[in-house]
Amino acid sequence: MRIEGAGLIDRDRRLNFRFDGRSYEGLAGDTLASALLANDVRLVGRSFKYHRPRGILTAGSEEPNALVTLGSGAAQEPNLRAPALELFEGMEARSQNRWPSLQRDLLAINDLAAPFLGAGFYYKTFMWPKSFWERGYEPLIRRAAGLGALSGQHNRDVYEKAFAHCDLLVIGAGPAGLISALTAARAGADVILVDEDVRTGGRLNAETHEIDGMPGREWAEEITNELLETGNARVMTRTTVTGAHDQGTYGALEKLPPDVAARAGAPLETFWRIVARRAVLATGAIERPVAFANNDRPGVMTASAVRAYVNRWRVATGRNVAVFGNSDDAHRTAADLIAAGVHVSALVDSRHHARTGLDVPFYPGGQVCNTDGRHGLEAITIATAAGTEKLQAECLAVSGGWNPAVHLSCHLNARPVWKPDIAAFVPADGAVPGMWPAGACRGEFSTRACLVDGIGAAVDALKDLGRRAPHMDVPRAEDAPCGLAPLWHVPGKGRAWLDFQNDVTVKDVRQAAMENFRSVEHMKRYTTQGMAPDQGKNSNIGALAVLADATGRGIPETGTTTFRPPYVPVSIAALGAGAQGQGFAPQRLTTSDKASRRRGAPMIEVGLWYRPSYFPAPGETHWRQACDREVRLVREAVGIADVSTLGKIDIQGPDAGRFLDFVYTNTFSTLKPGRVRYGLMLREDGHVMDDGTTARLGDQHYLMTTTTAAAGEVMRHLEFVHQGLLPDCDVRFVSVTEQWAQFAVAGPKSRDLLNEVLDHTIDGQTWPFMACGPVRVGGIEGRLFRISFSGEHAYELAVPARYGESLFRDLVSRAEGMGGGPYGMEALNVMRLEKGFITHAEIHGRTTAFDIGMERMVSPNKDCIGKAAAERPGLTDPEREQLVGLKPVGAVKMLIAGAHLFDKNASAVRENDQGYITSVGFSPTFGHFLGLGFLRNGRARHGEVVRMVDHLGEVETLCEVQAPVQFDPEGGRTRD
Amino acid sequence: MRITCPVCGERDRREFHYKGDAVALNRPDPDAGDAAWDDYIHTRDNPAGETRDLWYHETGCAAWIVVTRNTVSHEVLDTRLASDVVRGAGKRGGGVRK
Repeated sequence: MRIEGAGLIDRDRRLNFRFDGRSYEGLAGDTLASALLANDVRLVGRSFKYHRPRGILTAGSEEPNALVTLGSGAAQEPNLRAPALELFEGMEARSQNRWPSLQRDLLAINDLAAPFLGAGFYYKTFMWPKSFWERGYEPLIRRAAGLGALSGQHNRDVYEKAFAHCDLLVIGAGPAGLISALTAARAGADVILVDEDVRTGGRLNAETHEIDGMPGREWAEEITNELLETGNARVMTRTTVTGAHDQGTYGALEKLPPDVAARAGAPLETFWRIVARRAVLATGAIERPVAFANNDRPGVMTASAVRAYVNRWRVATGRNVAVFGNSDDAHRTAADLIAAGVHVSALVDSRHHARTGLDVPFYPGGQVCNTDGRHGLEAITIATAAGTEKLQAECLAVSGGWNPAVHLSCHLNARPVWKPDIAAFVPADGAVPGMWPAGACRGEFSTRACLVDGIGAAVDALKDLGRRAPHMDVPRAEDAPCGLAPLWHVPGKGRAWLDFQNDVTVKDVRQAAMENFRSVEHMKRYTTQGMAPDQGKNSNIGALAVLADATGRGIPETGTTTFRPPYVPVSIAALGAGAQGQGFAPQRLTTSDKASRRRGAPMIEVGLWYRPSYFPAPGETHWRQACDREVRLVREAVGIADVSTLGKIDIQGPDAGRFLDFVYTNTFSTLKPGRVRYGLMLREDGHVMDDGTTARLGDQHYLMTTTTAAAGEVMRHLEFVHQGLLPDCDVRFVSVTEQWAQFAVAGPKSRDLLNEVLDHTIDGQTWPFMACGPVRVGGIEGRLFRISFSGEHAYELAVPARYGESLFRDLVSRAEGMGGGPYGMEALNVMRLEKGFITHAEIHGRTTAFDIGMERMVSPNKDCIGKAAAERPGLTDPEREQLVGLKPVGAVKMLIAGAHLFDKNASAVRENDQGYITSVGFSPTFGHFLGLGFLRNGRARHGEVVRMVDHLGEVETLCEVQAPVQFDPEGGRTRD
Repeated sequence: MRITCPVCGERDRREFHYKGDAVALNRPDPDAGDAAWDDYIHTRDNPAGETRDLWYHETGCAAWIVVTRNTVSHEVLDTRLASDVVRGAGKRGGGVRK
């Protein structure tokens, strides 16, 4: 219930929200958890395995129990932690893992079966029969045990990724973090201060401590303002650092409540990569519960959470609250409750020597050993030397001590170090290079110690950055010792919970130890302790202590499990922001893209490029009609195709020819200026990397073309060969793929067409096959290459990209006037199949020059990349699969790429495999399908009939092996 | 992960393309024999500790860089231009005669 007094809430701004369909009212400044508690809603969820009633345990992002689903439809978001959810007007929250309702959850029957559901029961129970696992057991278990669910719909919320850089990243804005950030900002360092809360201050917002004579939360506000006034700091609230990564890179998730995100037009979540030269870890500590029988009832909470609800949100967590602890923290909790006017029914301190001045029923040396209540806590049982006593309590505030939040310090593989005086782990020295832990995350628990430590960490970091630290006065603050006596587990009957989120009890951990899962990593996996979304933030150390006890070792010897990023769950939507739909990969568009789409050409992806498949003509109902027509118009008149996507690399320098001789298998230094040559490039392991034509534009100037998909790879390769193998070669490269628009003009009428657009006409004498050189097109400097991928008399005409679109339109309209027109990738593919030209379907990474019949292109007179390996006997074995042409001769008149080849009468099993088909297409020129493929000893088998089997499509036919080149094998048309 | 490009300075690893062990710089002579070539092409150490890799500053200055780093701590110990490393080793390019 809400109580009097000033907290960090606005009593004038009421917010309506719904939980499980019922309407409630909260206040601005509330979290969903504080608003539910203010409305006396204690039962908020059901546990993972046993479906036990559960309530709010904490007041932070470490919450294991109060997981809810927000929103509905596509925006539905499951497994959100109620204490970390800012309340907003109209919030719709639902509880999870219950049916039909939270109060009456039918699967609560699991709790009765608990004796059979202990650690490892899956492994033992669902062994037999094996086939039942997938169809029976697993779906059943998944339905019974679980968390919330996604809607499965496309989420339209806006997410973002962002980068930030700073001199010093301060993680956590409690007293240590605040003073650390201020120290560094005053020294002129560029500071980023990050905190997961909506405001700075950390625990100061939840405590009654004073700093320099003013309430802690006011001090925090003042320091934050001072920090911002330096002009050197950026304060990022609602942002959780999720991981510490290499070289000072930190991941952070900024999450806005939907109303704020909508108001500012800002993304709902932003995943930040913060690059920090140095960092201060000021993440504070997380209070740990104590394990005792039925310690999971709604109403049992951590003491720090009870104080936070009372002090920050002015919410009493029960009409009467009992406090149970093993340090002076318990007394502080009781004092805060009394000051707020909440009835404290008992103060139970497990330390025998404990004293108190508070006017409460006091049980020194006592322990809470059991609880009662149905859907919430009603009574507790206290065990003392005098016996047991049952007391009424609606809430029990438990403190078992504090675990420093060391998580980030362990992300680079460091193990935390045990500190006996606080019975907790602290970060190891130098755990993350360039990061200094400070304050409570280093086991410095008093406010003053935090302040001293925060200044100290900033001074060290500044020194490391080569900056002078300013003088800082340590503000006056409490400096009480915590006086903790370790208490992990209260002995007794009944199940005592360690991991609330995964329903792991003390008994489970002991059973793991008994079954010899003594390593902490084995115990974790056997019991699933610490494997829930909260990653065991409340339970890891407690479970470790029980395991240490059960195996007769100390805690430091037992060791911790590995902390891994992320510290809090991060939605995939944030990590992959911008990569949905069309944002998945960059799109590269040619200069003819618009014109092609306007003609109705469907575009297909080639690498990142989009190229037209075909250009449908009126009356055509099938792509094959368009493709056949386009092949014919090239073969009979003239066709235009945009070939700008091929990689173009400009190569210049006195050693350019020598360099090319080394990267290509054949020779380019002997190529005459004004001529083009086809080149084959190998990888160093002897397999084909790429092919293409290279033109010699001048004495020291070459232009290499690569295949569209391999352009990047070839560029890297050239740079590597130059810088890594031939650094003294005087040559330079630059990619000019995007600078030049290039169009194939192919067909018997290609020269006629070109002579209409070129400023100076050309003829067969000055422009023979494989000639190249500068031309002028409408006054523009262009380049012309007489090369052919279609087998026709053809050219490629290049102009600076800005003229590409208009040249394409001009070429196409002129071609159409001559009975030709544009052609797309389908027709291009058919024509190259007719000519037996290879693409990356054939040079797929496992083929050699020998396999594709080009072994004679490997010059014997010089070394080149891949030559030594290509000469190995295994790569020139005649029994290798060699490139062949294929045509169907059986009943089925179709070939299928990917189908395998077998001897005519052999059964189609792997052992009999003779090869496979790489490319197919219907040739209108020949009136049947044509294929390219690889066949064992194929060059010697032309004329043989083999069997093609497509096991996937269950298609088979007979096909005849033939030469790869079918159309105009002598090349007369090309040279014409 | 951050890599210091000797030309451009410290950059995010997303700007770089990874190739593999810097052994690739030690190309044998063409007639070095099968064992040497097999070793060069295929055999790689997989050390827990210091390693020398080749990275390409693909979205930066196009420099190939030898990065010395520790595979256990992920510490980047040294970065230098591959061309400097090759020249420093006194090695002229693999078997190509002027």
